[in-house]
Amino acid sequence: MVNYIWVGMLVIGFVVAGFNGNMDKVNEAIFSSAKEAVTLSFGMISILVFWLGIMRIAEKGGLLEVLSYLFRPIVKRLFPDIPPDHPAQGYILSNMAANLLGLGNAATPMGIKAMEQLKILNGGKNEASRSMITLLAINTSSITLIPTTIIAIRMTYHSQTPTDIVAPTLLATAIATIGAITIDRFYYYRSLRKGGK
Amino acid sequence: MSFVHSFSVWFIPFLIGFIILYGTYKKVPTYETFVEGGKEGFSIAINIIPFLVGMLVAISVFRASGALDYIMLVMKPLFSLFHIPAEVVPLGLMRTISGTGALGMTSDLIATHGPDSFIGRLASTIQGSTDTTFYVLTVYFGAVGIKKMGYAVKVGLLADLIGFLASIFAVSLLFHS
Repeated sequence: MVNYIWVGMLVIGFVVAGFNGNMDKVNEAIFSSAKEAVTLSFGMISILVFWLGIMRIAEKGGLLEVLSYLFRPIVKRLFPDIPPDHPAQGYILSNMAANLLGLGNAATPMGIKAMEQLKILNGGKNEASRSMITLLAINTSSITLIPTTIIAIRMTYHSQTPTDIVAPTLLATAIATIGAITIDRFYYYRSLRKGGK
Repeated sequence: MSFVHSFSVWFIPFLIGFIILYGTYKKVPTYETFVEGGKEGFSIAINIIPFLVGMLVAISVFRASGALDYIMLVMKPLFSLFHIPAEVVPLGLMRTISGTGALGMTSDLIATHGPDSFIGRLASTIQGSTDTTFYVLTVYFGAVGIKKMGYAVKVGLLADLIGFLASIFAVSLLFHS
């Protein structure tokens, strides 16, 4: 599916640009966005190196095990494929906790570590496993307690009550997360019925 | 407000302090472990590059050509049928494909309508409540080299739609009455 979306966006973009007569803009977009992607990846190095370093200390000290022990019932429900006491659990929980607190740049490295562990569990294949998709669904709908960035923007525009969106954001993300998990389950069982894995 | 602000300022140092002190207590060679763990960050970032280049180029071609504007134009009447304010429809679409693009739109909506207006609050909630699916998909799967994504794309996009509709519902419920 991602192949069709990718080709679709490019081809439709070229055709529409031909009709609109802004092919020059498209040419510019190709090279500026490729550059932006590389800049973005390099920009992530600092955050990844820092948080992965800190997380390694947490892992070696046994904090991740404590975390996964405390929240085992939740993870067991959401990720029935992960064996008990597997390191993936600790990373998934750290990722969820970082999202909850609006620490986007801490959530990404932990999510990546969780994916790494899930890939090992899946025999190192380059296919997305059931648990990987569940983790993705939780991340894209992420329950948020404190949307830090948006509060900062509201303050910049002199909002009288910059934090009054905390309640609707919490409600909306709670609904979205429940919805995302339900959809994830639906497609999982559908793929089972189709005979796929 | 000051509480939320000071919470987020204090939280990260507190978290780091707790982790390194706990590590010290457990006799972990903290500094060496930090360096060893951090090394991995570099290779992960390098692994992401081709995935991110491919995705960002496709998205920006789609945007620059004007194709995204046509889609929004077509979808607007559909959304107004369900009493969804037309102003936030482009934001809902943009939120799925580009985080920075959506942030720009949110700032623009807040600047135009005021941060404490219905549209301003709605834009803030939409921005705060969903994450950019294509970004999460590209970065998380790219970092570990997942190429066959299965039904992940469908799940992510439908989750975005639910987040968008839930934001409208939540803001209407809490502020409109």
